[in-house]
Amino acid sequence: MTPLARRRAWNLGLRLTAAVLITLIFMFPIYWLFMISFKTAAEIYSFPPKWYPGSFNLDSYLVLFKDGDATTVGNSLVVASFSTALAMFLGFICAYSLARFSTGGNHLANWIVSQRMIPPIAVVFPIFLLYVWFGLVDTYIGVILLYTAFNLPYVIWMMRGYILDVPPALEESALVDGCTRWQVIWRVVLPMCRAGLAATAIFTFVFAWNDFIFALVLTRTEVATYTVQITHYFGGQSNFWGKISAMSVLGTLPIFVVTAFMQRYFVRGISLGAVKG
Amino acid sequence: MKSMQQGTFAQRNFKYLLVGPAIFVLLLIGVFPLVYLLMVSFQGITMTETSTDFVGAANYKQLFEDPRLWQALLHTVIITAIALPLELVLGLAMAQLFLNPLPGRAIFIALMVLPVVVSPIVSGATWSLLFNHRFGPINQIIGWLAGKEMVLLWAINPNLVYPAIIAAEIWQWTPFMFLLLLAALGNVDRSQLEAAAIDGASWWRTFSRIVLPAIAPVMTVAILIRGLDLFRLFDIIWAITQGGPGTMTETISVFTYVKGFQQFETSYTAAVALLVVVLLSALVMLLLRRVELAR
Repeated sequence: MTPLARRRAWNLGLRLTAAVLITLIFMFPIYWLFMISFKTAAEIYSFPPKWYPGSFNLDSYLVLFKDGDATTVGNSLVVASFSTALAMFLGFICAYSLARFSTGGNHLANWIVSQRMIPPIAVVFPIFLLYVWFGLVDTYIGVILLYTAFNLPYVIWMMRGYILDVPPALEESALVDGCTRWQVIWRVVLPMCRAGLAATAIFTFVFAWNDFIFALVLTRTEVATYTVQITHYFGGQSNFWGKISAMSVLGTLPIFVVTAFMQRYFVRGISLGAVKG
Repeated sequence: MKSMQQGTFAQRNFKYLLVGPAIFVLLLIGVFPLVYLLMVSFQGITMTETSTDFVGAANYKQLFEDPRLWQALLHTVIITAIALPLELVLGLAMAQLFLNPLPGRAIFIALMVLPVVVSPIVSGATWSLLFNHRFGPINQIIGWLAGKEMVLLWAINPNLVYPAIIAAEIWQWTPFMFLLLLAALGNVDRSQLEAAAIDGASWWRTFSRIVLPAIAPVMTVAILIRGLDLFRLFDIIWAITQGGPGTMTETISVFTYVKGFQQFETSYTAAVALLVVVLLSALVMLLLRRVELAR
């Protein structure tokens, strides 16, 4: 080996070692969470802590399903799905208008995205007072409506960016061919930004699915989501670690699966469209 | 085909009909509650007082006489001031490490996405598992290093709660910085870097004169997005300390929650919430300008 080649090999080896170490450190908490959920109660509360379960034990999960606590994951699914569908529909047509007709100019677009920045606690407090008034606390409609409103600015902002990427010439030729604007939106624009639409929908879903503070305030028992359910197992010295970890895995695994399909759009999605990746 | 001007009402106002429903929902759930909040903040509603008579600016006066509120703001600022620079520097260092070809690079990056998408309440719960003084691995590892059994009470000891919270925060959001900065570094003009290398510029000189200015807009966006998120930090604290010990780790969001939903000081909480909105609006203005710059 020439000295240069040796130096390169060393360099690569060092970088690879560092990369593996860093990745291991960042994956360790997730490993620990998943691992705890497969331990028996005796293993969870053994000292010193064991770094792997003795067997692949599903007791923590079985308890969740037997007690009906697992239905909170279903609640999360319902509110996240419906609010995503609603926010995507309303947001997409609104974004089209903003992108193609510059409706309301920059002011409207800026106002919409600034809605996204309001701290949840400041919004949820008056909404709670109003929901008590209208009997919407702990109802699907109430939670879905709030998530829809919370995610709308994000959907509008992101979809506006994706629609601006579609060349207007395509739409014009469709209009000349006799399509109405409404048909153009669904037959030309929608298929053209399918990928952006899917990525935005997944993010919207994840925001609603992962939310804690809105659900904590606005749900009680009927519509409690999995994030709220997890905190029910907290209790000073006697935390139910088995239940906490199993419920966390039930809530986290689906998110890992869906986000695996959108690597390409991830950076654009988390940076509010500022970085196109 | 009818032209837009001669069409029916629906055709003429098509662009407004498209934005209408979304604006309606935003006004209903975003703006109307804030107006309502403003009204409540001038009333005197508490757990025992249900009268909705107006009491003037009493609640706003109370804002300035409430040390717990300003401490909560201070805690929020402290956590932000420590976590944000650490996330930025670590994320940038990691982005540098992963920038050039590396075996398994795609897999490493795909794994780094995972902490970002975990629900913050789950990440808080996970870290309280890790930090558990008896059944958690962190004390165990520290014990190995120290050569004796260590019982550090991470969620209770006043000296340790902040490191614990900040560790959880950094774990979850350094990958966010990493992913954004990696994308930004990948977009730096290669030819400039090569020219600098030919001229024999040192690594630091190349980095500070070419790379840093090129990624500055993305860095600004990343800092502002994370800054906003840190300002409303709630979930991780709720899972690890619930604001304790005492009120030592109460952030402004936790404080507002406790006042409104545990102590039921309705009208005072309204004033606090409005203060939060006003403080944040200033930050938002800044962010908007930057996001547009980067587009």
